[in-house]
Amino acid sequence: MDIPRNDIAVSFHDLTLSYGKKLALKGVSLDIKSRQLVGLIGPDGVGKSTLLSLITGAHAMQGGELMVLGGDMRSKAHRNKVCPMIAYMPQGLGKNLYFTLTVEENLQYFARLFGQDAAERRARIDRLTKSTGLYRFLDRPAGKLSGGMKQKLGLCCSLIHDPDLLVLDEPTTGVDPLARRQFWDLVDSIQKERPNLTVIVATAYMDEAQRFDWLIAMDDGKILGTGTSKEILDRTGCADLDSAFIQLLPEEKRSGHKTLVVPPLEKGDGSTAIEAIGLTKRFGDFTAVDHVSFKIPKGEIFGFLGSNGCGKSTTMKMLTGLLPVTDGEVYLFGKKIAGGDIETRKKLGYMTQMFSLYNELTVRQNLELYARLYAIPEDDVANAVDAMIDRFGLREHEFALPSDLPLGIKQRLSLAAAVIHRPQILILDEPTSGVDPVARDVFWEMIIELSRNDKVTIFITTHFMNEAERCDRISLMHAGKSLACDSPARLVEERKADTLEEAFISYLMEADATATEAKEAAAVQETAVKEEKPRNAFVKWLAKYFDLRRWYSCCWRETLELSRDRICTTLAMFGAVILLFVIAFGISMDVDDIKFAVLDHDQTIASVNYVHNIRGSRYFLEQPDIVDHDDMDERMRRGDVAMVVEIPPDFSKNLERGAKTEVMFWVDGADTSRAETINNYAEAMHAKWMANYANTHPEFGSAGQFDIQTRYRYNPDVLSLPAMAPGAIALLLMMIPAVLSALSVVREKEQGSITNLYVTPLTRSEFMLGKQTPYVVVSLISATLLVLITAFLFNVPVKGNVLTLALGLLIYCILSTGFGMLASSVTRSQIAVIFLTMIATLVPATQMCGLISPVESQQGLARLIGSIHPTTYMLLVSKGSFNKALGFFDLWPMLLTMLIEVPFLLGASILLQKKQES
Amino acid sequence: MLQKIRNIFELGKKEIWSILRDPMMVILIIYSFTAQVCITASTDKGTVRDAAVAVVDEDQSPLSHRMIDAILPPYFTRPEYIDPAILDDKMDHGRYTFAIVIPSNFQRDLLAGSKPEIQINVDATRMSQAFLGNGYIEQIIRNEADTFLQEASKKGAPQVEVVIRNKYNQNLVASWFSAINDIISNVTMLAIIMTGAAIIRERERSTLEHLLVMPVTSFEIMVSKIWSMALIVAIATLFSLIFVIRWFLGIPIGGSFALLTLGILCHLFAVTNMGILLACFAKSMPQLGLLMILVLMPMQMLSGGDTPFENMPVAVQYIMQVAPTTHFVAFSQLIMFKGAGFSIVWVPLAKMVAIGAAMFFVSLARFRKSVAS
Repeated sequence: MDIPRNDIAVSFHDLTLSYGKKLALKGVSLDIKSRQLVGLIGPDGVGKSTLLSLITGAHAMQGGELMVLGGDMRSKAHRNKVCPMIAYMPQGLGKNLYFTLTVEENLQYFARLFGQDAAERRARIDRLTKSTGLYRFLDRPAGKLSGGMKQKLGLCCSLIHDPDLLVLDEPTTGVDPLARRQFWDLVDSIQKERPNLTVIVATAYMDEAQRFDWLIAMDDGKILGTGTSKEILDRTGCADLDSAFIQLLPEEKRSGHKTLVVPPLEKGDGSTAIEAIGLTKRFGDFTAVDHVSFKIPKGEIFGFLGSNGCGKSTTMKMLTGLLPVTDGEVYLFGKKIAGGDIETRKKLGYMTQMFSLYNELTVRQNLELYARLYAIPEDDVANAVDAMIDRFGLREHEFALPSDLPLGIKQRLSLAAAVIHRPQILILDEPTSGVDPVARDVFWEMIIELSRNDKVTIFITTHFMNEAERCDRISLMHAGKSLACDSPARLVEERKADTLEEAFISYLMEADATATEAKEAAAVQETAVKEEKPRNAFVKWLAKYFDLRRWYSCCWRETLELSRDRICTTLAMFGAVILLFVIAFGISMDVDDIKFAVLDHDQTIASVNYVHNIRGSRYFLEQPDIVDHDDMDERMRRGDVAMVVEIPPDFSKNLERGAKTEVMFWVDGADTSRAETINNYAEAMHAKWMANYANTHPEFGSAGQFDIQTRYRYNPDVLSLPAMAPGAIALLLMMIPAVLSALSVVREKEQGSITNLYVTPLTRSEFMLGKQTPYVVVSLISATLLVLITAFLFNVPVKGNVLTLALGLLIYCILSTGFGMLASSVTRSQIAVIFLTMIATLVPATQMCGLISPVESQQGLARLIGSIHPTTYMLLVSKGSFNKALGFFDLWPMLLTMLIEVPFLLGASILLQKKQES
Repeated sequence: MLQKIRNIFELGKKEIWSILRDPMMVILIIYSFTAQVCITASTDKGTVRDAAVAVVDEDQSPLSHRMIDAILPPYFTRPEYIDPAILDDKMDHGRYTFAIVIPSNFQRDLLAGSKPEIQINVDATRMSQAFLGNGYIEQIIRNEADTFLQEASKKGAPQVEVVIRNKYNQNLVASWFSAINDIISNVTMLAIIMTGAAIIRERERSTLEHLLVMPVTSFEIMVSKIWSMALIVAIATLFSLIFVIRWFLGIPIGGSFALLTLGILCHLFAVTNMGILLACFAKSMPQLGLLMILVLMPMQMLSGGDTPFENMPVAVQYIMQVAPTTHFVAFSQLIMFKGAGFSIVWVPLAKMVAIGAAMFFVSLARFRKSVAS
């Protein structure tokens, strides 16, 4: 593609952005030259990620100017144009990945989004995965990868399409040194092949920053300085970037920072804090941890190093008792670990690799919660929390929600929560990943203090070699096995290496073939860039808004995800069938077996005859006689009787005399619809008795008799099934598809993969329709099953036109899944979207759309909802086709109404879905 | 022990925050307990109202006119006279629920004693209206014929009248029942969704895993979810009962309000536990959503709130004893309509608590395992 051949890739002027009241970018201006490797360095939460998300167009702009690749990013047309040329890897572990899909499938998806053909995809995927060591794991689901491997995969995904601008937000956070080296080699080789490529990287690793062409130092929403690393070193007069970075910071932030010294470990009382003997964990036939043993004395800082996915996190989970061990034993303070042991857990502090505090609580609330859960006395809670807030520099974020904070700050919060109760053992899973150097030193200061002063035993994993050097002993792990375990200095000595990193890499190289793979990767041939096929103007224009290939790739991915969840797919297809049976056999509209009792004050032949008339009916079931009114009240209240017939004294006397007399029916009115039916029956029974009486008593004459013949049409036997089943089909096909499709979108919002919509060429319509399509298909399968069961199992055949019914069902399935799509575009949490779809489908569909009584009988708002809700029309189509032998020419108005609703519903859901973060 | 209570309290407080910080959720809860209750109170639940009636009057006699004029709102719309030729077509399209055909010379034949016949066509696909409405129409026609005959002194009849007293709800105002039924289904739906989803969400974000490393037990986590979610729903329910049902809709609530509150709490205990149980079996949010529909729908439909419980197949009646809603529907009818006292309602209350407790222990046994997997 033609890129303006000027030398400026990104240029911004007076760029500002605020989150609510907080100003994240305070008017920054800069030109970034193209064909460079640009590093963005700075402490956590100074606006690095914000700047990057603006540059990629993921976040909507607020103030200032921003030109990227020669165009204004405020213009939607330009964003659409440059989007395919920008690759963005957001911060966080595998945020843009789909965890149920395999590595291969994730990559395939991204490749398809950029319209690559099968051969090209294959070549690119092989090349990328071989050079990052993921090739062996192509078939593993992304969710089962270790943190570092997820990062690598995320990177591969963003590199799949040869971008002109590559934006990486802390890409190597949590990636092991060997993989990091491979990773940068990969970026280098890509840049060599594509000299146009500009790379902008935010990073916390200063050793990485050294290799960048140009550095931008940021602090507090402003740019501190720019230049090559040499320039910066010269300016600050420092020997390395770590300290140069600290020098660049304003005075007040630097204060208190000093070079860390680790005092030697004093000989303690020799007691052992953690001991593992032959620790083994197997998942199926995969051995994650293979006979690992270690013994950690009290007060030691024990480092756990290893390549990504070697079983470090699994070991930690076994130490905490979270995962049961397959084999071997773990002792904490000489006590064998058991899952439910509260006392041991009180002595433990734990920090997970993924952020695992509450996004719904503020920073302060989170800390307070943890303080209380760790049984800190109420009086000390506020102090303890304040101490942590000050210690970890969280004061200005005290009342912020973690979801609004950058990764580094969140990590600090997790750390604070892990140590707030002054534990005796601290288990930390990559605690400093994504944390800036200053904060890391502050953290280590605290670790050292805890270890040396309070004799806290610390078990830590890290990928920073300068941190590993501070440990008393380290264990090198690879592929579930411990390779070596000794003090850092001794390990370097043993390997005859200069630095720990080299020693580490040499251990790994020895144990693994990944390195050779990386070399092979370089030999993989670069695929020729295919010429784009000429397309006509209309197709080109259309492709801006809707590209069939991208739609298909979205569709393909959703189908894969759905099919991974077997239970879900099964329930989606057969759930409706189960419910159809429930409705068909459980619900009956006719009221029979009404429990009635008699209160006969008369006790004559005539009164017994009157009661006999009722007793003979199949609708009534006689209960023991009522004694008096109190008895009646009591029994009706209990629900023992639903109707009481009270025959007055002198009933027969009055009857014979032709005098007026009243028979009283008491009915339980609590259930109104049942009561109405009983009223009706009572009247009918009475009329029947009257007619009989008149017939048998000649004094009443024979004139004036007539018959009323009732013809129940469409369902002559008045069975519940033929009336209920066609209605149930419409009801069921509304709810289940709506909930499923709604969740599919909101899940992405909760898990973060929605970013892919923001930063890839994927348009909203492709995204929404692509996600909807599989659910339409699943619903149609379900619909087919429902129709077949109704027709053949329930013997309610389609009397009308099958094709018309099928057409109706197709439109209806599109509408019901569309309902879910609409619900998803206005909600953010999965709870809310489930609730919303239930409210919007279940209540109207069962009560307002004519399932039980026709829409015309409704009033007010219920009538309005009923008359626009698609279920109303589907019910007419379904009942018309099943019961009334109606064909296309009778039902077309209903079909048309539903069809008209399709573009409205889908249009609204697409428009309400945001294409940029705001 | 004190620490246990503190943990339960703190964790529950956190749940309440997470609901309050989700504006959509707050809006939905408010909507479902106010506006939706009003809307459904006005919906028709199978009682006959404004049913469309067509008439083919081939008699055109004073009697036939009288009969037709007696078919009145609110049960029926004013009957429309139509041509017999288009009757079938109109009924096919669902234009009318009832079509009455009065044959020619009906009045003459009646007086002559030659037993004429009136035909009522009923659209039987409209189950609820079909039965009842047909009964009403028959009654109306017979009454009119009787008075007509008596006026013409052609017929005497026994002087027995029938008086029907509907206890607890004399005029059978349907909105009472539907409004309260709607609250019951709201309570059930919301409590299950909120507790179930709260657990799945914590599992998906691995915060639950973190909690289990801390000195917090599964028991405490579960109880904290139960009380917090139950509290939110209970507050919404009581608000709705007092302000929406009683004050705005003017529906009287018989019986003791304290007892009703107790019943709501028992029900909440049962359904929140059900939410937890479902979450222990579901692996992801979509699975939970589907499971919930599969459990909720039958529970709502078969609990006796929508259709009379006695009419269901006996097997279904037995199975539904396990569902707390069945007992809650029975309970609320006892309290709200019949003003029953504790001596009667303790049975459904005890059943709800027992069901909740049983589910609680099953979930407790599965809880840790479901997190680790």
